[in-house]
Amino acid sequence: MTQVLRLTQKQPVSPRITRFRFEHPEGRSLPVFSGGAHVMVTMRDGEVLRRNAYSLISDPQDSSGYEIAVQREDQGRGGSNFLHEKAQPGMMLQIGAPVNLFGLNLTARKHLMIAGGVGITPFLSQLHEVVRLHAPFELHLAIRSRNELPALAIPDAAQVHVSDEGSRMNLTEILSTQPLGTHLYVCGSARMIEGVLTEASALGWPKDALHSEEFLAPAPGVPFEVNCARSDKTLTVGAHQSLLEALEAAGIDTPWLCRGGACGQCETDILACDGEIEHHDHWLDPAEHCSKIMPCVSRFRGALLTIDR
Amino acid sequence: MTISFNKETFRGDYSFHNSPAAIRRFPFPFDRDEYMYSVNMEPHRATGPDDSVFKRRFDVDEHYLSEMEDRAITLARDPARCQSLPHMRLAGWDLLELIMTCKAQDYPDLFQLTRDGERWRWVNRPMGLDDSFTFLDDSTLPFGPMEYITRQTQGDFAVLDQREGNLWMDAGMVTSQADWSLDFDIGMNFFEWHAPVPRAAEMGIFQRALKFLLNVQQDSPARRLNWTMTVNPRLDTSPETYPEWGPEKRSVTAENVGGRQYLRVELQSFWRLPRSNALAFPIRCYLCSLEDIVTIPKWGRRLHRVIRDLPEDLASYKGFVVNRPLIVDYLSQFDDGQPTSPGIYPD
Ligand code: FES
Repeated sequence: MTQVLRLTQKQPVSPRITRFRFEHPEGRSLPVFSGGAHVMVTMRDGEVLRRNAYSLISDPQDSSGYEIAVQREDQGRGGSNFLHEKAQPGMMLQIGAPVNLFGLNLTARKHLMIAGGVGITPFLSQLHEVVRLHAPFELHLAIRSRNELPALAIPDAAQVHVSDEGSRMNLTEILSTQPLGTHLYVCGSARMIEGVLTEASALGWPKDALHSEEFLAPAPGVPFEVNCARSDKTLTVGAHQSLLEALEAAGIDTPWLCRGGACGQCETDILACDGEIEHHDHWLDPAEHCSKIMPCVSRFRGALLTIDR
Repeated sequence: MTISFNKETFRGDYSFHNSPAAIRRFPFPFDRDEYMYSVNMEPHRATGPDDSVFKRRFDVDEHYLSEMEDRAITLARDPARCQSLPHMRLAGWDLLELIMTCKAQDYPDLFQLTRDGERWRWVNRPMGLDDSFTFLDDSTLPFGPMEYITRQTQGDFAVLDQREGNLWMDAGMVTSQADWSLDFDIGMNFFEWHAPVPRAAEMGIFQRALKFLLNVQQDSPARRLNWTMTVNPRLDTSPETYPEWGPEKRSVTAENVGGRQYLRVELQSFWRLPRSNALAFPIRCYLCSLEDIVTIPKWGRRLHRVIRDLPEDLASYKGFVVNRPLIVDYLSQFDDGQPTSPGIYPD
């Protein structure tokens, strides 16, 4: 379900991060959501239709509007630049219904949240929730320099680690001093997530207590051809296009939810493959790599690829 | 719409009955002349003829008041039929909000919801209730939020927590189940509580069903029909009360099978709850005797073929293997060998 909402506020909160607020054009209330949920923002940028997922940062119980915080990615494919440069208050945008792939585990005794930079966003809505539930929590935010600290409602209890001031996060200490029953949530760059999860596993954290979220941007690459068996079509996927976008452009219906390799919704069977698939997703097991592909983020190099779409 | 509510029982003298209109809107579950276990999910949208059970999000019919009385009797005897683990409190409020808003919109003449910030007033005309309470404050309701609203809503309710890529049966109100027990299943995950279903596991059905359910989105509920058979129009066929209803299975004879044997259809729906991200799983039970089913010629013919050709293990899982010959004999009188039209609705 998608609704068309009005951009009502646009406010820089750090040199690279801007906060956006959306409201119903007739002032109607929006569906409430749960902490950690994201929405898909659809942007019509000239000829191009851009779709990006952003975590909601507003209070989940507040149905008067949705807020997101977007970091400008100059190397990205243009969605964040569009919002930073072209989107202006008054503009109407399509915003999907909230989806949560990064919910709090409500059975946890304590919530340990670790964020890198703009990775703070999903925690901002979760904080409203933990405070309301009186649940114990600890929040660590790692940034490079003080001027990166976004002017967002980050609670006083949060511990901010600024690397160029020498107050780097001591991960081992944080992870080794938590009470039993703590759940860990991490959001930030791929390198940071990987580092935190590896350290936690090494310290014996149970797998079910570890949660992370990263939406991948579809990787650019060399154009490739794909045969779509069910629809009997052959497509060329451009260098800056994802396979999912190419399918959509050709009118081939493919389900999706996150468009970032995290939800599993776009999973597609491979019928023939002579070459190499560049899997970039967080979804498939390595054992599934020869039989399945996630069209939202994965690419192909080689002679022949046939998929079941 | 005005509904006149039946005065009837689901135990003892079994005075339960369907009006001709209730028979016609019975959710007959077979869209062809054979049955195979499958993940037959579809979006839960208003579809079908005007009076279809699919038209409203939480169907209210002539059995409403009697079903609610039967639930109260079952709960008084066994309070463990309604349980909620502590972390499911918010999901209970989610469910209350969902049901109240849907019913107030779908049946404005029967139910009313007035909200003034967190101060809510709920009027349930058929049950004669007019309660004011503070949303999210348990102390302002006579029961927990899930129990309060499901004592006023037909069907069983499982409320599933979603975590670790799985669903957990962590809360529920279950008084009209087809031989399963909330008290036994509480705290189990999706694979654990489905363990006894024959064939489905090896067919990979559970993996696919779980994946589907994990992806159910806010504002996009899904539904499916499931079915079984019971002797007598009894809602509470739980393992706990087996001694009461188990022996009744043997009371079926060639003379009484039409009136005693019931097709029991579950309209199962799936809802993403917004505040808790939990999944609500209402299981609404509809009962119809064979005698009443065969008043719709298409259904009589088709049911005969389905039951006759059902594999033995499925008939035994569905609990009517002993009475199958009697059922098939009875139904064969109504099968004239004519073709049946596709779909589930009467011709
Ligand atoms: S759309 Fe979510 S993994 Fe592809």
